[in-house]
Amino acid sequence: MNGAGEGYDALGGPAAGPAGSPAEATRSAADAPPPADGVTERRLHPVTPLRRAWAPVAVLVGWAVHDPDQAQRQLTRLTTTHLLVGLAVLIPAAALYGFLTWWFTHYAVTGTELRIRTGLLFRRTAHIRLERIQAVDVTQPLLARVAGVAKLKLDVIGTGKKDELAFLGAGEARALRAELLARAAGFAPETAHEVGEAPERQLLRVPPGVLAVSLLLTGATWGTLLAAVVVPTLLWLATHNLWTVLATAVPLVGAAGASSAGRFVGEYDWRVAESPDGLRIDHGLLDRTHETVPPGRVQTVRIVEPLLWRRRRWVRVELDVAGSSNSLLLPVAPREIAESVVARVLPGVTVPTGEALSRPPRRAGRCRPLWWRGHGLAVTGAVFAARRGLLRRSLALVPHAKVQSVRLTQGPVRRALRLADVHVDTGANHTVTASLRDAAEAAELLRRQAERSRTGRRDAPPDRWMA
Amino acid sequence: METGSPDGTGTAGATDAADATDATGPSREEPVWTGLPPGLLHMRRLLLVVWLGLLALAAGVLPALLLSPAWAALALVPLALLAWGWPMLARNWRSWRYAERADDLLISRGVLWREETVVPYGRMQLVEVTSGPVERHFGLASVQLHTAAAATDATIPGLDPAEAERLRDRLTELGEARSAGL
Repeated sequence: MNGAGEGYDALGGPAAGPAGSPAEATRSAADAPPPADGVTERRLHPVTPLRRAWAPVAVLVGWAVHDPDQAQRQLTRLTTTHLLVGLAVLIPAAALYGFLTWWFTHYAVTGTELRIRTGLLFRRTAHIRLERIQAVDVTQPLLARVAGVAKLKLDVIGTGKKDELAFLGAGEARALRAELLARAAGFAPETAHEVGEAPERQLLRVPPGVLAVSLLLTGATWGTLLAAVVVPTLLWLATHNLWTVLATAVPLVGAAGASSAGRFVGEYDWRVAESPDGLRIDHGLLDRTHETVPPGRVQTVRIVEPLLWRRRRWVRVELDVAGSSNSLLLPVAPREIAESVVARVLPGVTVPTGEALSRPPRRAGRCRPLWWRGHGLAVTGAVFAARRGLLRRSLALVPHAKVQSVRLTQGPVRRALRLADVHVDTGANHTVTASLRDAAEAAELLRRQAERSRTGRRDAPPDRWMA
Repeated sequence: METGSPDGTGTAGATDAADATDATGPSREEPVWTGLPPGLLHMRRLLLVVWLGLLALAAGVLPALLLSPAWAALALVPLALLAWGWPMLARNWRSWRYAERADDLLISRGVLWREETVVPYGRMQLVEVTSGPVERHFGLASVQLHTAAAATDATIPGLDPAEAERLRDRLTELGEARSAGL
C-alpha cells in the first residue's frame, strides 16, 4: 500500500490534531473503532495541487470571451510591471492554496469505513461505510496518465460527487481499490491487505471496428451531424448574420462531435471482465476508466436495440446502479453474447425472448396506434421484464429483489378501454413501466409483484458477499 | 368504507382468481381498507368556499364598478366552479383509502386518474408525519413514506394526528423487523 512513498504517517498525526474537525460529520460511525489506534492516515499524491492549475486561466479566458471589448481595453492598459507584480502575487498565492488543500486532505481505511478528511477553512469529514459502496471507479484522464496518477471514485447512495480521491499514484489507486473491495466483501482487516487484486476473467472486448460501425448505424450520430450542417446553413440564408450562425453552429457541432467522435473515444477498447469482487468495466482511448460494480448492486438492466442494428443482431446494454453515474455495460455486442453477460450481472436470469413477452390486448391500439405493438411484458421467477418502443426497442429487466414499490395507474382513456399501467420503482431512481395491460391483469400483476419483490430479497446475496 | 366502485369489485375479482390459481398463496388475505376521516373533506371544502367565494366577490364587484352592471354575471363562473367542485371533492375524498397488510402497505386514490401503490414494509427508508398550519387547525396530519426510489409517491393525507402517529410507529416497527437494503 505504501508503494508510491506516501508514508506521511508521522507528519499526518500532529497536523491533524490541532486543526481538529469541529463538526465530525460522521455517517453512522457509532460502532466504528476509535481512530487513534492503528488507523494510518495517508495523503494524496503530491501532483494533486496541479489539478486545479488551469482554473484561474479558465476564469480569465471565460471573462475575455464573455466581454471581448472590456478585455481588449484592459489588455492595452496592462504594462509589463503590472503583469510581473500580478504574477508575483498570484502564483505564490495559488501555489500556497494548492499546497494547503493538499496538506489538509487525508484519507484512512479502517475495518468498516473509508474516512476522508478535507478542507482548509470548512472542514469536511466523510466516513463511508464499505459495505454500502455501490461501485468503485479508477479513472485516469489523459494528463493523469502522463503523470502516472489516477482518481479513485466511490459511489455511495445519497451523496454528491465529492467522495473521490484525486489523485493517487496509479499503483496505489489499484491497491486501494483492491483493499476496499476486499474489506467490503467481508475479509478480515488483517488479511484484506494481503488479499490483493482479485483475479479477473475477461468476458468480452468490443473491437474498435464494430464500435465504429455501430456508431455509424446510430440515428443520433447522423441526426446531430445533419442538424449541425443544415441549421447553420438555413440560418445563414435567412439572416446573413455571422454571429447568429456561429452562436448556433458551435453548440451543434459540439453535440455532433460528442455523439460520434466523443463516444468513440470514450467507448474505445471496451472490456468487460468478471472477478469475485464484481464486474470490471474498462474503457477509453485517451481517458482510461476502470469501473468495478460489486455483486448484487445492479438495480436495472436495459437491453436497447436500435432499428439499424437489428439486422446484425447487435444490442447495447445499459445498467443502473444506485448513486452511480455509470450507466453503460456494453456499447455494442451481438445479442447472444450480451445475454450471457447479462446472465453474469444478474445471476440466475435468462433474458426473455421476443415470443416470451406478452403484448397488450389489441384494443390498446386505440389509445396508442402502432406503437402498442412495441410494448411487451414478461415476469419470470427472477425478473420483471418490460419492453417498449417500436423502432428502437428497449427491454428493461428489474430483479424482484430490487423493487422498492409497485404502482398501478389508470387515466380516463385507459379506464374506458379497460387498460392500466403498472410501474415498478427501483432504488436507482428509475421506473420501469409495463404499459397498456388489461385492467384485471394489471391488478393481479400489482398484487403478485408486491409479493415477489418482498420474497425475492430472501435469496439475494448479502451486502458482504464473501462473508 | 365505500369500496363499491366497479374497479373495486374488479380488483377483488382478480385477486380471487389469483387465489384460485395460486396453490401456495402465502398471506394473500383480502386487504382491509381504511378510509380517511371526514376532517380532510371539511378542510378542502372550506378552502374551496373561501377561495372561490373571494374570487366570485372580486369578479362580481370590480367589473360591475368599472364597466357596467351586466358584467357582474362574471361572478357566475366561480360559483359554477364551486357547485362543481363541492361534489368532486367528496368523490376524491371517498377514493382515498389505505390498507395495512401483513407485509406491505396499500394506498389507493383518485377518481379519474386512479393510482394504487404497494410499498413492502422492508423497503421503507423513512416515515414522515407532517402537518401544516391549516391542517393543524382542523386536527389533521399527513403520513408520507419514503423508499430508496424517489418515484415512490406514498402519502396519506388528512389523518387524525393520533392515527398518523400510530401508523408511523407501526410502520417504523414493521420496517425495522422486515428491513431489507437496496
